[in-house]
Amino acid sequence: MTGHNDQPVASLASLQLRARIKKRIRAFFDAHGVLEVETPILAKAGVTDPHIDSMQTHWSDNRDPVYLQTSPEYAMKRLLAADSGPIYQISRVFRYAERGRQHHPEFTMLEWYQPGYDHHRLMLEVDELVRKCLGEHLDLAQSCFWSYRQTWQDTVGLDPLVVDVDALKAYAKQQGIEVSGLEDERDSWLQLIMSHCVEPALPDNTPVFVYDFPASQAALARIRHDTLPLAERFELYINGMELANGFHELTDAREQRQRFAADLAKRKQLGKPEVPLDESLLAALPEMPACAGVAVGLDRLVMIAAGVKQIDEVLSFVIDA
Amino acid sequence: MASYSTNEFKSGLKIMMDGDPCSIVENEFVKPGKGQAFNRVKIRNLKTGRVLEKTFKSGDSVEAADVMDTEMQYLYNDGDGWYFMDPTSFEQLAADEKALGENRKWLKEQDMWTVTLWNGVPIAASPPNHVVLTVAETDPGVRGDTSGGGGKPATCDTGAVVRVPLFIDQGETIKVDTRTGEYVGRVKD
Repeated sequence: MTGHNDQPVASLASLQLRARIKKRIRAFFDAHGVLEVETPILAKAGVTDPHIDSMQTHWSDNRDPVYLQTSPEYAMKRLLAADSGPIYQISRVFRYAERGRQHHPEFTMLEWYQPGYDHHRLMLEVDELVRKCLGEHLDLAQSCFWSYRQTWQDTVGLDPLVVDVDALKAYAKQQGIEVSGLEDERDSWLQLIMSHCVEPALPDNTPVFVYDFPASQAALARIRHDTLPLAERFELYINGMELANGFHELTDAREQRQRFAADLAKRKQLGKPEVPLDESLLAALPEMPACAGVAVGLDRLVMIAAGVKQIDEVLSFVIDA
Repeated sequence: MASYSTNEFKSGLKIMMDGDPCSIVENEFVKPGKGQAFNRVKIRNLKTGRVLEKTFKSGDSVEAADVMDTEMQYLYNDGDGWYFMDPTSFEQLAADEKALGENRKWLKEQDMWTVTLWNGVPIAASPPNHVVLTVAETDPGVRGDTSGGGGKPATCDTGAVVRVPLFIDQGETIKVDTRTGEYVGRVKD
């Protein structure tokens, strides 16, 4: 890049909007008896998720490197295990090499946990909060609550729980999507069609909650064994943007360890660096109460309220201006 | 071989795709919070001009295309090729009919053109925004009519047909905008 542009990227109006939304979020949780907490941005363990990469740094000589958190999830779960009760946090998180129209490597996340809730009850609370934040800025239609399976059947006419890789490939080809470098991995193809075909087909100005994901995309959610295993996970989409991701949280430390190990194996296969497991989280999980938790992209919430398509327009400064 | 990671994608970047040099027109990073990241790009094939969409798995690399735009002076045509000269190195390169395409009608000796080279070979050439041409053939000029209204077709010395005002006569020189193909004004010697 040539030259330096030191001017703020966001307009003053956009900064005011962000401040107002944060105020509303705090008032909401105050009224609901949810405690605001802060957890460290620097952690000894990174995230094992095969598709999320942590940034690494050092806090002193002769000490192991530390990781910038990609989400405050692990630390907040340790607070829950220590009987914190319901908690929320607005924090900065960092994700390596994520940059685009809706992505910035450093961004703000709103994350909260409700002991005793399942993902359905938490979805209702997310809906209430999102409407409180967006209500005066745009006309939102009544929210939709659709299972992942139903969402696919209604938009692309495929059954995502049983369809095989070849059928997914054929569908992508038929839609004119030319892909290079994607292995025969079912979840990657599901994610390709989800982002290229399903998301754009969702109704406008409507919060769409998609729940019960394929078990292979459970991440840190419980898996329910119906006829087909389903992950008790949800995502919220508004105007083509993924705004939130929530789980009915897995509390089984043994299963969690197995999933971390599977993640690490997958990372190795992808040629990505191995990261140390968060043993503190695994030690705390047996004490964690049954709960549901969710992460909301705060910058994206501001984007929707402001009616803009570029995350840059709601950030004071960006990394690559 | 030089290559670019999808992280370096931006508009204007030159990459190889299916054996042809291409230029990235638009790049969009698409990533589910938990899941595979993609780069969805629109790319223009520099040989055919066709624009196509392609999705890459983020983190993958693609071969870089050795493509560069050079300012070159048009010299002459020898029946096989159109010769351009680099004004600093005096190196001469021949462009073929495919590289010139539609733009051929603006080609006038001594003019400076932007020649796109791939591995040192011209694959495209674009004219300056304005060219000065001589009217080779048109209906006789109407004296006194300087209104510019109406107009008539004029065939220029390069073969281009341009709509000119009624007062323009054969043998006159005119300035033309190559982007729109429109007459800009009369050039007096």
